Amino acid sequence: MYAQALDQKDKGPAVIEDPERLARFEARCAADEKIEPKDWMPEAYRRTLIRQVSQHAHSEVIGMQPEGNWVTRAPSLKRKAVLLSKIQDEAGHGLYLYSACETLGVSREEVVEALLAGKAKYSSIFNYPTLNWADMGAIGWLVDGAAIMNQIPLCRCSYGPYARAMIRICKEESFHQRQGYEIMLTLARGTPAQKAMAQDALNRWWWPCLMMFGPPDAVSEHSSESMRWKIKRFSNDDLRQKFIDATVPQGLFLGLTFPDPELKFNEATEHWETGPIDWSEFKRVLAGEGPCNRQRMRVRRQTEADGAWVREAARVHAKKRAARQALQAAE
Amino acid sequence: MSEQSKTEEPMPLYEVFIRPKAGLSHKHVGSLHAIDDTMALHMARDVYTRRAEGVSIWVVRSNLIAASDPVDKDMLFEPTASKIYRHPTFYEVPEEVGHM
Ligand SMILES: [Fe+2]
Ligand SMILES: [Fe+2]
Repeated sequence: MYAQALDQKDKGPAVIEDPERLARFEARCAADEKIEPKDWMPEAYRRTLIRQVSQHAHSEVIGMQPEGNWVTRAPSLKRKAVLLSKIQDEAGHGLYLYSACETLGVSREEVVEALLAGKAKYSSIFNYPTLNWADMGAIGWLVDGAAIMNQIPLCRCSYGPYARAMIRICKEESFHQRQGYEIMLTLARGTPAQKAMAQDALNRWWWPCLMMFGPPDAVSEHSSESMRWKIKRFSNDDLRQKFIDATVPQGLFLGLTFPDPELKFNEATEHWETGPIDWSEFKRVLAGEGPCNRQRMRVRRQTEADGAWVREAARVHAKKRAARQALQAAE
Repeated sequence: MSEQSKTEEPMPLYEVFIRPKAGLSHKHVGSLHAIDDTMALHMARDVYTRRAEGVSIWVVRSNLIAASDPVDKDMLFEPTASKIYRHPTFYEVPEEVGHM
């Protein structure tokens, strides 16, 4: 999902680890001990985390774009203030995660550079367009809802800085989901045209949200290592099912329908069952062929370029002040 | 853009500490990059206190923190495990004496 990275194979060179240290590390993970930045860790653990945490950070930052699209067109001052707050939170999430990632020994510049160069991925969900105001409701309710499902277990991740960042983030996500659901509820109880907007948003976001959890377990490439190392605690399918079970009743409460004729409740298992997910769409979007991939990257690169003079001005100003202070001290 | 960010000088890393309310100690909450102390304080306020998380902020450049080495963990902290006589529960006080 936000960290679809776990479904990619580690492409780095294989490292032969000291068996004694490795055994001690495995024992710590098995005992649910936290690993902190300066502790010894296997190279594969470090690389997996750098990939996952940086992609998670990129997702938070790119995720501001689809919502940013509606700030100036929010229907009321209240909605606008809420939306701005939420987007600001996402920027904060990006920062917490980039910081956690840096404790693994990569620089901020390196990870941002990997995104700008198109080498790093971010969640597939943010490559879909936001076409009407109800999309702000659907994103909060469904996208942030799916993010919460994924992020709650990450609060217990073995890597301390990542787990701590996730705890902060989860506290803030709950507001995101509830404000989204409230938008949906207001529209669903509004005029027929407003209800139709809410339905349209649900129709478009439902399947992509189910894809956020990554490919089905049967074909997922994630290694058993990430489970053993307590980086990942539930499988893609398990998390997806939890999300479906939690979300379907919420959608029915809104008086909306799901874009899935096969959706049904299985009395025996007490789970909601969906029709088949179109994984070819997921692959296309991940490969860069989603509706907005190019636009998202173009805007991200442009933002980086537009901010260059501000960062430069800050550097020059800081140097000037430091020089002045040195001069005053000398007098 | 990508070319520029490669040549840009990195900004120093700061650690951020927040006092949640008067009477409590400052606690480490995270880190950020800033060009100087003033900018670090502004950014810490924007990022780490959006929901009344604190009443006071400390920022300090990460490279100014001296830290113990995890390798020395046992040497530094293990000896206290055997010094149980440093805890009040080590001592028995007859019940008749009451709470002490
Ligand atoms: Fe977020
Ligand atoms: Fe969010």
